[in-house]
Amino acid sequence: MTIDMEFGLYVFMLAAFLGFELIRRVSPLLHTPLMSLTNAISAIAVVGAIILTGAKEASTLTRVLGFIAVLASTTNVVSGYLITDRMLKMFKKRGSSK
Amino acid sequence: MIESWLPLVYLLSAAGFILAIKWMNSPATARRGVIVGEIGMLLAVVGTLLRAEVVSYQWILIAFVLGSAAGIPLAYLMPMTAVPQRTAFSHACGALAAALIGTAEYYQETPHGFIMGALIAETLLGFLTFTASLMAFGKLQEILPTRPITYKGQNIVNLSVLAIAIGLGVALVVSPEQSWLFPIFIALSLIFGVALIVPIGGADMPTVIALLNSYAGLSACAMGFVLNNRLLIIAGALDGSSGFILSIIMCRAMNRSFTNVLFGAFGQLQVSAAAATQKSVRSASPEEAAAILDSSSKVIIVPGYGMAVAQAQHKVRELYDALIKRGIEVQFAIHPVAGRMPGHMNVLLAEADVPYDKLSEMDDINGDFPAADVALVIGANDTVNPAAKHDKGSPIAGMPILDAYRARTVMVIKRSMNPGFAGIDNELYYMDNTLMLFGDAKAFVASIVKELGSNSDGH
Repeated sequence: MTIDMEFGLYVFMLAAFLGFELIRRVSPLLHTPLMSLTNAISAIAVVGAIILTGAKEASTLTRVLGFIAVLASTTNVVSGYLITDRMLKMFKKRGSSK
Repeated sequence: MIESWLPLVYLLSAAGFILAIKWMNSPATARRGVIVGEIGMLLAVVGTLLRAEVVSYQWILIAFVLGSAAGIPLAYLMPMTAVPQRTAFSHACGALAAALIGTAEYYQETPHGFIMGALIAETLLGFLTFTASLMAFGKLQEILPTRPITYKGQNIVNLSVLAIAIGLGVALVVSPEQSWLFPIFIALSLIFGVALIVPIGGADMPTVIALLNSYAGLSACAMGFVLNNRLLIIAGALDGSSGFILSIIMCRAMNRSFTNVLFGAFGQLQVSAAAATQKSVRSASPEEAAAILDSSSKVIIVPGYGMAVAQAQHKVRELYDALIKRGIEVQFAIHPVAGRMPGHMNVLLAEADVPYDKLSEMDDINGDFPAADVALVIGANDTVNPAAKHDKGSPIAGMPILDAYRARTVMVIKRSMNPGFAGIDNELYYMDNTLMLFGDAKAFVASIVKELGSNSDGH
């Protein structure tokens, strides 16, 4: 196992524990927007897709798969963030509406 | 030049995602959370575009434009009742992206050892989440039958498909050059995704959607190991733990285990039991219901999936307004698994402008039911079934419920006496203090509101 992998596993472990602690504090009131937000974040796969699709030496297969991947993850990112915001706009306290 | 700053850009991006989730803990800061999440994603994308190895932009830009063209209407045109479907569809997109990148990496690099292991995990989770999410989308959109579909030996078949897929995956890690195994591995992952959702019924969707959320994240996380990119590992791990926690919360709210949800095929055994009972119920008209509500001082409304199906949330808000105007105290009791995804009811009521401080969680409101004059159940069924408390033989035994039955009068708006989704008979309907209000939730609530309106003129 190289240093990179070991380091990666540590990052994973810490991020997973941090995730548990953060999510536990989210009120059930916001579970749906939370889910669409984390869904948008998981589309971070777009990073990998860009690297593959944009590479100089990419084969046709890589480009086609990469293109679909960028397309799918962009859809995921855009719709995920926008709908999360659309939902959150609707949560109002008594008296603060209109 | 830019290259040397890239790690810092990714670091800031990861911090953005962490803050985004942190600020989701309260409605007051949640929108700020979305903005910081967007900035995080923007940094990640721009930083990646500026990498030295990314030289050809044309296809990336076309994909950006097409993806946004699909994503924007998806976010703005979907009605709020369709949020669970949209989420499932979005999971499918993200998972497909991860799976395809894994596939492309395999054919391009054919990595070995640890990295190949991560690549296999990425593709397996990616492809199975892709088809499973599409299946969930189909069921939620009612393109596919929503009832669980089961057959004898189903679990054995499903588990064998998964076992063979994992076996092939291990074989590929041991000898990555056996490239003929890879397409079979992909096909089995796709098939397992479909098979996983076939026996899942609508009532279990909240758990399953949360679980798919988790898988999509873990797939992105595995990609982080393949590409040696820590931003992907962090974002994926956050998403993975988020989905996992939500599905545990959902399971607890139904007093069931993961294995039971995924392999339990709920809804089959009790259909016969439900048909056997023929007890009498009392029903009431909108006029009678309005009169009872009018003379009460504390009302608790219990919404369920039926409210979403009937799109009744705006009428419910009108009812809420009418009752508040009379000085009647109104609270909403939200069961954790009401609806088709975690928090579904809260979003619908928020859409209808019900103030969120009127929405109470199960543990907070259960003590208030004995003091309530009326518990008005709108399209909820299993979540208010007292059988869960005392009937050990009931399929929902032990599931925590909203104690609506303890209110002085219980009113249940329901289309007919057909048993609910799970096919379980509900004792609540036959109790002496229960009135059944038969009809479409939206139309019925509207006529109660009308009655209350005309009453007030006569006062």
